[in-house]
Amino acid sequence: MVPSGAVEGVLPGTAEGVPPAEADDLELYHPKSWVTKYVFSQDAKVIAIQYAGTALAIGFVALVLSWLMRLQLGFPGVFAFIDAATYYQFITMHGMIMVIYLLTALFLGGFGNYLIPLMIGARDMVFPYVNMLSYWVYLLAVLVLVASFFMPGGPTGAGWTLYPPQAILSGTPGGQEWGIILMLVSLILFIIGFTMGGLNYVVTVLQARTRGMTLMRMPLTVWGIFTATVLALLAFPALFVGAVMLLFDRVLNTSFFMPALVEMGQRLNYDGGSPILFQHLFWFFGHPEVYIVALPAFGIVSDLISTHARRNIFGYRMMVWAIVAIGALSFIVWAHHMYVSGMHPWFGFFFATTTLIIAIPTAIKVYNWILTLWRGDIHLTIPMLFAIAFIVTFVNGGLTGLFLGNAVVDVPLSDTMFVVAHFHMVMGVAPIFVIFGAIYHWYPKITGRMLDETMGKIHFWITFIGAYAIFFPMHYVGLMGVPRRYYELGETVSNLHSSDALNAFITVAALTVGAAQILFLFNLFWSLSRGRQVGGNPWRATTLEWQTPETPPRHGNWGKELPVVYRWAYDYNVPGADQDFVPQNQPTITRAA
Amino acid sequence: MAVIIVFMAVIGGIVAWWLSHQRLTSKPWLEEGVIGEIPGTGASTLPAAKIGLGVFLAVVGALFAIFTSAYFMRMPMAEWRPVPVPGLLWFNTGVLVASSIALQWAVIAARRGRMGDVRWGLLAGGFTASAFVAGQLAAWQRLADAGYFVAANPADSFFYLITGMHGLHVVGGLVALGRTAAKAWDDVATDRVRESVTLCATYWHFLLVIWLALFGLLTGWGDEFAAICRQWLI
Amino acid sequence: MAVALILVLIVAGSVLFHLLSPWWWTPIASNWGYIDDTITITFWITGIVFAAVVLFMAYCIYRFRHQPGRRAVYEPESRKLEWWLTIVTGLGVAAMLAPGLFVWHQFIAVPKDATEFEVVGQQWLWNFRLPGKDGRLGAVDTRHVSADNPLGLDPDDPNAHDDLVIEGGDLHLEIGKPVKLLLRSIDVLHDFYVPEFRAKMDMVPGMVTYVWFTPIRTGTFEIFCAELCGVGHADMRGRVVVDTEQNYQAWLREQKTFRHMSARAGARIDASEDAGKESKTE
Repeated sequence: MVPSGAVEGVLPGTAEGVPPAEADDLELYHPKSWVTKYVFSQDAKVIAIQYAGTALAIGFVALVLSWLMRLQLGFPGVFAFIDAATYYQFITMHGMIMVIYLLTALFLGGFGNYLIPLMIGARDMVFPYVNMLSYWVYLLAVLVLVASFFMPGGPTGAGWTLYPPQAILSGTPGGQEWGIILMLVSLILFIIGFTMGGLNYVVTVLQARTRGMTLMRMPLTVWGIFTATVLALLAFPALFVGAVMLLFDRVLNTSFFMPALVEMGQRLNYDGGSPILFQHLFWFFGHPEVYIVALPAFGIVSDLISTHARRNIFGYRMMVWAIVAIGALSFIVWAHHMYVSGMHPWFGFFFATTTLIIAIPTAIKVYNWILTLWRGDIHLTIPMLFAIAFIVTFVNGGLTGLFLGNAVVDVPLSDTMFVVAHFHMVMGVAPIFVIFGAIYHWYPKITGRMLDETMGKIHFWITFIGAYAIFFPMHYVGLMGVPRRYYELGETVSNLHSSDALNAFITVAALTVGAAQILFLFNLFWSLSRGRQVGGNPWRATTLEWQTPETPPRHGNWGKELPVVYRWAYDYNVPGADQDFVPQNQPTITRAA
Repeated sequence: MAVIIVFMAVIGGIVAWWLSHQRLTSKPWLEEGVIGEIPGTGASTLPAAKIGLGVFLAVVGALFAIFTSAYFMRMPMAEWRPVPVPGLLWFNTGVLVASSIALQWAVIAARRGRMGDVRWGLLAGGFTASAFVAGQLAAWQRLADAGYFVAANPADSFFYLITGMHGLHVVGGLVALGRTAAKAWDDVATDRVRESVTLCATYWHFLLVIWLALFGLLTGWGDEFAAICRQWLI
Repeated sequence: MAVALILVLIVAGSVLFHLLSPWWWTPIASNWGYIDDTITITFWITGIVFAAVVLFMAYCIYRFRHQPGRRAVYEPESRKLEWWLTIVTGLGVAAMLAPGLFVWHQFIAVPKDATEFEVVGQQWLWNFRLPGKDGRLGAVDTRHVSADNPLGLDPDDPNAHDDLVIEGGDLHLEIGKPVKLLLRSIDVLHDFYVPEFRAKMDMVPGMVTYVWFTPIRTGTFEIFCAELCGVGHADMRGRVVVDTEQNYQAWLREQKTFRHMSARAGARIDASEDAGKESKTE
């Protein structure tokens, strides 16, 4: 299935083309010791691996938290060590870690760092030192977050949305202790660290593209990560402001978000603040955040599908326009998270309309992925399998978004398990499938070896079927009316208890899927030394990262000469060509004799 | 949220203008060869640091636009007593203007290759900016003495928060200015000094503009503007 | 082959689960059947799209799987096809949005004859307030909240004195009469949610939100809090009982007024009434 051996007949930067730019050797950063090479490294590829490793490690913590919460939901009352407070701490930490510290960090800090310079033919990011700082600040943010598990009172249990007033009051775990403070400090640090990295990704794309790499020749992966980074740079300030102000309310007793209130019979010294103001700030960040995760996934999956279906991505221009359009629209839909928040109801008309409009460019992307498969030459490699699984879960989750985006349909469904099922499908499962696909796809470039295919297939099937079995039925639990963030359903006069069987089933599925991830982790390490060795371009892909002189690429990526780009990224099965792909840096198509 | 929406619209306009020069409607599969030569479609020829600063200023702008939005949204609600802005702020504003002028002078001197003047300009800019920060701290002190503590009233909270955030950005600028000054004294090549000095000056002017806007906001000139925006989002 | 088959099974399984499984929404008890209709329309449209997309993908995977000698067709784009798909998608979206906005307008426009009741949330129980004989709810302020005035009624407001205060008990509603619930909270965010009524709205400290509906069948329904409000969130339950007119009036007669409650707690209301507008609530 996988063509073995390195590419033949294609020499990067052959003499027929333009003379390539020579490296200014003095400008390059040269690590002098082991520490500067692997620890305080300024090489984007090393930073990428540091980011990815940290994100996966903390993500694994969040995965374990999800097992614990599922145990409680599936078998309430059986596990005595999970009380209401710890349950809320689990869900809060699970959500926050997965969204910010795993997905955002892995897509932008991990894949962004590794792929942007390689795919656009740069030697490195433009500000390597700032890039290094970015990772270390991110690590600090993660450590502060982890520290909250060990402080008195434990981590915050305010829900990942951290809505005041409850987030900083004593009725919420960690609200009057260290939990919420460390959470907010960690977020502030994360945003500072991300901004450092984000500046790099954007400026590198703008300024360091190699000769011939016009915007319209960039692989969609770069388009996705680039646009997502722009969104993140502009959206994170809103979270920053919200976090700083909430921290003031908590520590200095200000009343930004805190109205006059009586907590447990005790009048607190707050007055006049607006809880809804926080929600606006949070979601002004929070909705673009969905696309900060989704756009890199869109980009990467486009390249996976194109490469493994041996066909150009269908409608490349539409794909680019759709990414830009989604990015722009994502800033004017935020209040669809707030239809039942008590904001002025007239906003419902505006935000329902913008939200459903955003479905159109998104749908175009889905069509184009499938039309790429159509009349292709589909190799069912593991990256391709994950790409297919992405489409299934993304379409499913995207369509349920049409329920929740439509103001009045959202009324019965919001804050129920339907919402939980929706966003897990669309921005949990789907992007994570892309992450898996991408890891299977680029692992040979990073290590020179393939991930084990048998283990990969087992991992894929359990994860795909299992994740669908978790989240598809969960919609119906919500449709019945079971609210989200419920420690237990308890005594009830409603008929909601008929969902108990479904919940138990979901828990079993969740534990199974969780177990499969251990196999994946094992595979990551096992294949490091045992994986099949393959050449520099095992997938016979066109994009520049597969055309490096060495695999794994050395520092500076390209040896002495930078590549020159002569074509777009999707010349697969060009009529008349002797091979089924033409690398971007190949000046002319070699015709079959 | 009106202020941040307008800000985003401006950023969106700049992005759209830039994208419109990138031939996004071209059909890349029909174009073979090195087409980076078409003006403007290749990588930007501006230095990375300059673009980086531009992007960073957009982020800082977004940050203060959101603070302003939050300010306007909190203002019409209960328990809002505007802060009597200390007269010292007028003096501080003057100092910050002087600081910007000093750096601009350094930029002009750097262009003409007069390194001695560059050093004086940097020194004056650094000194005045430090004086601004000190002046802001003194203003805090006066307010606190008069009983306007950070948690006394939301207007006070915003005053401390916004001026503090702006002051932190000035302090960050001072660090960069220190590095630039080190270059200027180290007899590094003039063109590299010139680049750093220009970047510092740009940042200074930007922070001055932000400060003028914030100063207007805090002294209440924005009230009428807010009255219009109030109808937008509550 | 196996992949295509499994995709088909996923579609078939999902559709069968949707149609046959017993897990479905609770029988409706309010006038918001329109909301259910909008959901049904959305289910149909999205269900068809989901099945079409995944089945077409399964077909492609089967039909165009790699076989020796196969070459993919080189076709960068098809403007015509893409435009058609865009237009059809736009129509589908409009078909969901239009009824959605129409019903949303009804949802937020309260009929004039709706009776106003108040629901007050606190950690972690529900309180209610009904207007007294004067038909008006008196002024409230969180600053007035105390042990014997849990809802923070203004003792100086004559309209408040005959208000009926139900502390932690059930709320009774009369069948067929539209109600506008004014929602308040005295501590953190809560959300008034009765699955059978479909309606739902956050309760925000410092402001009053509302939701309206008309109960259409009698029975006892559970109120869930649907906005995370601390460790007791899941235990915050209340009950709404929809009565016939007769039973409702009987229940109403048993309720105590604010004046009555306060009299029990020290007769400050009566004193304040005697003293006219002078406040005695220091």
